[in-house]
Amino acid sequence: MNVTQLSVFIENKPGHLQNVLKILAEKNINIVTLTIAETSDFGVLRMIVNNPDEGIRALRESHVACSATDVLAIEIDDTPGSLFKAIDTFARRELNIEYMYAFTEKREGKAVMIFRFENPETAKKALKEEGYSIVSKIDIIGA
Amino acid sequence: MFNKEYEAMPLDKMRELQFERLKWTLSHAYNNNPFYKKKFDEAGFSPDKFKSLADMKHVPFLVKQDMRDNYPFGLFAVPLNRVVRVHSSSGTTGNATVVGYTKNDVNVFAEVVARCLAAYGATENDVIQVAYGYGLFTGGLGLHYGAEKLGAMTVPISGGNTERQLMLIKDFGTTMLACTPSYMLNIADYIEKKRPDYKISATRLKAGILGAEPWSENMRKEIEARLGIEAFDIYGLSEVIGPGVSTECSEKSGLHVFEDHFYVEIIDPDTGEILPEGEKGEIVYTSLTKEAFPTIRYRSKDITRLYHDNCKCGRTLVKMEKVTGRSDDMMIIRGVNVFPSQIESVLMEVEGTEPHYQIILDRKGALDDIEVKVEVNEKLFSDEVKVLNDLARRISDRFRSALGISAKISLVEPMTIPRSEGKAVRVVDKRKI
Repeated sequence: MNVTQLSVFIENKPGHLQNVLKILAEKNINIVTLTIAETSDFGVLRMIVNNPDEGIRALRESHVACSATDVLAIEIDDTPGSLFKAIDTFARRELNIEYMYAFTEKREGKAVMIFRFENPETAKKALKEEGYSIVSKIDIIGA
Repeated sequence: MFNKEYEAMPLDKMRELQFERLKWTLSHAYNNNPFYKKKFDEAGFSPDKFKSLADMKHVPFLVKQDMRDNYPFGLFAVPLNRVVRVHSSSGTTGNATVVGYTKNDVNVFAEVVARCLAAYGATENDVIQVAYGYGLFTGGLGLHYGAEKLGAMTVPISGGNTERQLMLIKDFGTTMLACTPSYMLNIADYIEKKRPDYKISATRLKAGILGAEPWSENMRKEIEARLGIEAFDIYGLSEVIGPGVSTECSEKSGLHVFEDHFYVEIIDPDTGEILPEGEKGEIVYTSLTKEAFPTIRYRSKDITRLYHDNCKCGRTLVKMEKVTGRSDDMMIIRGVNVFPSQIESVLMEVEGTEPHYQIILDRKGALDDIEVKVEVNEKLFSDEVKVLNDLARRISDRFRSALGISAKISLVEPMTIPRSEGKAVRVVDKRKI
């Protein structure tokens, strides 16, 4: 199982992020982690929530442009050089990262990072072969 | 006056001439163009029923869509081997209009432009720098042939490259510059910001021949004050011939229509009824001498009025007021005619879906600024910023190639463009002209 990320289009103006967060709050949806990629005019809010299906439904009802995106949540040792090692592995396996961000909480002493790969299925297969642990149930982390 | 016989012709004689020429035009179109024949037949009109000018009201109108439907050559009334030139509006296939000229039409075009130039006081002693775009647009070549016909030294520099324009004005002793009024103001800005040492007063430049977009008395005042030259209005539309349909004279109040080549009527845009002289309405054009592309009762959508005022310049030709508005949604952006439908087809082409959009027109400095807001719907949205940026860039590229305008594309959230009765408000024009 991949992790489902909610991707949301927001204009780069005061009040626009707030509007999206309000919709999720009203539906009692918890955000586990998030990141924003911004340009001068707009941004893409990417987040992992405890109930992505409900989240997408609520946002669409409110006419917010959004989509569900498959991403991989990968456990990485919380020690110096571990991220370097992981990225080194990706490079060796020619896995291109579109973007990445991290969870704030540790899971059994390990960091969990979200990766959006150009080709998630190829990446998943390659990383399993390399012995990486891919988290499938995100709700156990923060929900 | 370049051609006093016609420009100062007594009114009754002019009406006689117009009647004879209309008879010829109506028969020529009816006998040589299937579209006109069908249109006349359907309206129950035939050229032999044309007994006086009052019968014009029975002749069916021609609209822009007819030209698009007959793209490219369907409205030509001569064999293609008699056509020596074509011009075309910007626009994607199905939206472009193509006009054609025989040798004689090219001569008429040159003649009317030469008359305009003479009305501004130009003679063979002048140096006329043509800074309209040369190409499918009628502006560049139209002014060029007119200036040559007058016998002036003609400088075919085409549009843009302000530094070079200034150099040639100085080096060639240019006396008149033909360009859009907004470009003229752009030149004034350029001199103030980048070339404060450059003095127009130290050159021979004395007049601007300005047209291809609507402009106001305030703009005239600004151009004249900032550049110390006279600013004259030249009017025309490619569907009728190009620039030179009407022109201002030394009086700079109203534009004389060259009535020996173009018959004008003012109608109520809602009912199509002809309005009496002096009333404001939509101006309708009929060409009187054109062979390749006769234009019969063409609804220009331009709103103006016609009047006679015993003009001090001596011309007896009817005058039209500077065009103040349009009865449709066409925009003139940096001299380019743009219809919302063209913008729609660009958006459709790029994404295969018709997103909601809004056009914001503004003036930044002297130039028109166009921003197109496009609502990002589910189909257009991506979680990757580069995909969204790429989308905006592709739309912008397509605008440039299809319409010839540089637009800023802004991606906005769904349902943020105001809708009235379910339909988006397409155009917001903030330009103060």
